[in-house]
Amino acid sequence: MSDLKLPSYLEQSDEVKDRFRRMKKRPVTLQVKNLQKEFDSSHGKVTALNNINFETYKREFVCVIGPSGCGKSTLIRILAGLETPTSGEVLLDGKKVNGPGPDRGMVFQGYTLFPWLSVKKNVMFGLEMAGNAKSVSDEQALQWIDLVGLSKFANAYPHQLSGGMKQRVAIARALANQPRILLMDEPFGALDAQTRSRMQSYLHEIWKNIDVTILFITHDLDEAVYLADRVLVLKAHPGEVQELIEVPVPHPRSPDQLLSPEFLATKKRLEELIHPPEEESEIDEESLNMVRMVSVENEVDSVF
Amino acid sequence: MFSGLFSVRKKLDTRQRIFISIISFLLPVIVWSLVSYVPFIWHPKVEITQPGDVSYFSEGMLIDREVFDREVEALNGESEKIPQGVPANPVYLPAPHEVAIALYTAFTTEPKRRSEKWLHESLWDSVQVIFWGFIISSIFGVPLGILAGTYDVFSKLFEPFIEFFRYLPAPAFGALAVAVLGIHDAPKIAIIFIGTFFQQVLVVSNTTRKLDPSLLEAAMTLGAKRLSLLFRVVIPGIITHLYKDLRILLGWAWTYLIVAELIGTSSGITWFITQQARYKNFDNVFAAIIIIGIIGLSTDLLLAALGKRLFAWERTSVKA
Repeated sequence: MSDLKLPSYLEQSDEVKDRFRRMKKRPVTLQVKNLQKEFDSSHGKVTALNNINFETYKREFVCVIGPSGCGKSTLIRILAGLETPTSGEVLLDGKKVNGPGPDRGMVFQGYTLFPWLSVKKNVMFGLEMAGNAKSVSDEQALQWIDLVGLSKFANAYPHQLSGGMKQRVAIARALANQPRILLMDEPFGALDAQTRSRMQSYLHEIWKNIDVTILFITHDLDEAVYLADRVLVLKAHPGEVQELIEVPVPHPRSPDQLLSPEFLATKKRLEELIHPPEEESEIDEESLNMVRMVSVENEVDSVF
Repeated sequence: MFSGLFSVRKKLDTRQRIFISIISFLLPVIVWSLVSYVPFIWHPKVEITQPGDVSYFSEGMLIDREVFDREVEALNGESEKIPQGVPANPVYLPAPHEVAIALYTAFTTEPKRRSEKWLHESLWDSVQVIFWGFIISSIFGVPLGILAGTYDVFSKLFEPFIEFFRYLPAPAFGALAVAVLGIHDAPKIAIIFIGTFFQQVLVVSNTTRKLDPSLLEAAMTLGAKRLSLLFRVVIPGIITHLYKDLRILLGWAWTYLIVAELIGTSSGITWFITQQARYKNFDNVFAAIIIIGIIGLSTDLLLAALGKRLFAWERTSVKA
């Protein structure tokens, strides 16, 4: 990659520039103000998140990325209302968020489907909690299941589904409540590469067809650049916003773009932010002092 | 058939499993048969077949082998009528076939006195005592356990005292139970209750705590609050484990049965066992013990089968 002459990730084509200009005119969905989160640990106070500020626009797709320990999971849990910030606030459509609620759907990395409910009943859960009549929730649930392409499995139980299918049900279940924002915490982290890329395309399709803002946590740089309008890069110890990158890759996205100059440039920038070159020297692979452990009579003399 | 029998944490195939399960029952029976039927294994007694000149011997009498040998030696050469005998086991260890016969005859033998009960009536009494003790315990124990496992406040409110109380042996409350509840079934049910309840609360609360917290979090992000969290997530989430717990606890309740039935007026299967032991009908005693085992095991198998019907999502393990 180093030989390749890449454009700057800040360079945007007119089309992309125009899109961002229009996007920023949309109303703000989520607003995070001076968010601070401290944990008590045996070593004293640990600051997980320090002064986080950002906002997302309506129907925007934001990815959050950062090294391990940057507090990205803590951030999304605070947004979901599962944890309370030490200070600062989260506003959704201008209203302060307080505790978990159906206006913020969440998809977890572990499949959190209810094992005792069928796919349909899982999707109906939120609808029934919202007080819909059974017949109404039933009908709506089937629509959402159809949207994620699992109509054939409506009566199956979660353990009968593959990982990718489970996450599709989880997405349908979260969307059925018609949340203002869909929070996704490394939802495809446990899937194999092929399923993962298929799920990414699915998610984009869903996002295009539904009025929802998506905040997506990942540690996969390709995934972040491929999915996001903007990528929020955090740094660790303490977790702080490092940069909010506007992805210059035009929409609609397709796997062919993975090798386009804009894509590679953005990815390179993310790599620089997340794995700064000077830190790599801790483990110098060249100098690993390896002793040959293969017997002299081994049939395979050299692996090359 | 015998390959892979000792693979760590790997399931045997169906034939192997059935085979090994049968062996599990056969092994003790084989040991029992060896001790009973092979004359040179154990057999510390001698059953007199021919009293000879020993004045206090009589036919059919069981006597220690040493005493027998001593008497024979004392007579040696002086008398012609030397006593004869065959090796035998003490009266308290009947042979398998005797117990097998008793398993049938115990039910067909009329009680010695009119006021006494048939074996099946005694058994039915015992089953009722167990049933009520366990049901009453569960009515209180299960909800308290779930509350303690779900809300920290209830955990701190109930559990310290229960932790203390569960070390108190249930039979210790026997006299008290009789004083308060009379001499019939009530104090027996109370002992089963005391023996089961405190363990039950702790076991259930522990099971409740093992529920994956992310299921609760998912439910909260879907809009579930307080009571709906408890009834729509916590309870269905633990129900299969709860059911298994209750099956194990029911087994514990049975172990308190004998003590419970000795309290006040002796009744039920315990009355039958003590009565038969008094008559030295140890074949009947063993038969009664085996019947308890059979009832226990078959109830458990029945409940296991019922559980499979009740909890559909556990059953359908085949991919759709």
